[in-house]
Amino acid sequence: MSALDRIRKQVTGNPVILYMKGTPQMPQCGFSSRAAQALMECGEEFAYVNVLMDPEIFQDLPKFADWPTFPQLYINGELIGGCDITLELHEKGELQQMVHEARGGSA
Amino acid sequence: MDMRQNIADKLQAQLAPAYLNVEDESHMHNVPPGAQSHFKVTVVAAEFSGQSLVNRHRRVNRILAEELAGQVHALALHTLSEEEWQAKPDVPDSPPCRGGSKVQPKSPT
Repeated sequence: MSALDRIRKQVTGNPVILYMKGTPQMPQCGFSSRAAQALMECGEEFAYVNVLMDPEIFQDLPKFADWPTFPQLYINGELIGGCDITLELHEKGELQQMVHEARGGSA
Repeated sequence: MDMRQNIADKLQAQLAPAYLNVEDESHMHNVPPGAQSHFKVTVVAAEFSGQSLVNRHRRVNRILAEELAGQVHALALHTLSEEEWQAKPDVPDSPPCRGGSKVQPKSPT
């Protein structure tokens, strides 16, 4: 399976998924760390992919949704944005609701 | 080349911003002195009005595609419409480094 096919499968198979450098527990980039922290504060489960452990995904993810940098947050298969957008949504209180709804909670 | 100036010039030409600030934040990261690799951009442009954040960032990323494919490793982006800027003219600080640029996988682009 090509990396793009794997990404497609990951973002459609997981309602909330974060592509990041490192892991939520051991982030290896300040931007990834902040995005993961914001998601954890939402109190819902989310999937993540450590792009540093997967050179193919590292290389092809920027092409997938025309987004050149990491981290990248996808909700219901759609690119929400990188670190700055994730934090902005979190600050406005919208992220928690988006994640909650995607995880099957009521609005 | 002065990358900060280069980024500022390109955004100035393409977005005609009401406010533009480009900071070199490379010193906050795990890169050699003078790397000119990490930048923070705050840009206020009339065209952002009514546009989603994703599309605003895509617009900026496209203008700087060449730089992002080269020496620019990170771009913190704060994109505001003129109305938003008037309502809340401040942007958050960028995060400290976590060392990740040292452990790139072996076959990046």
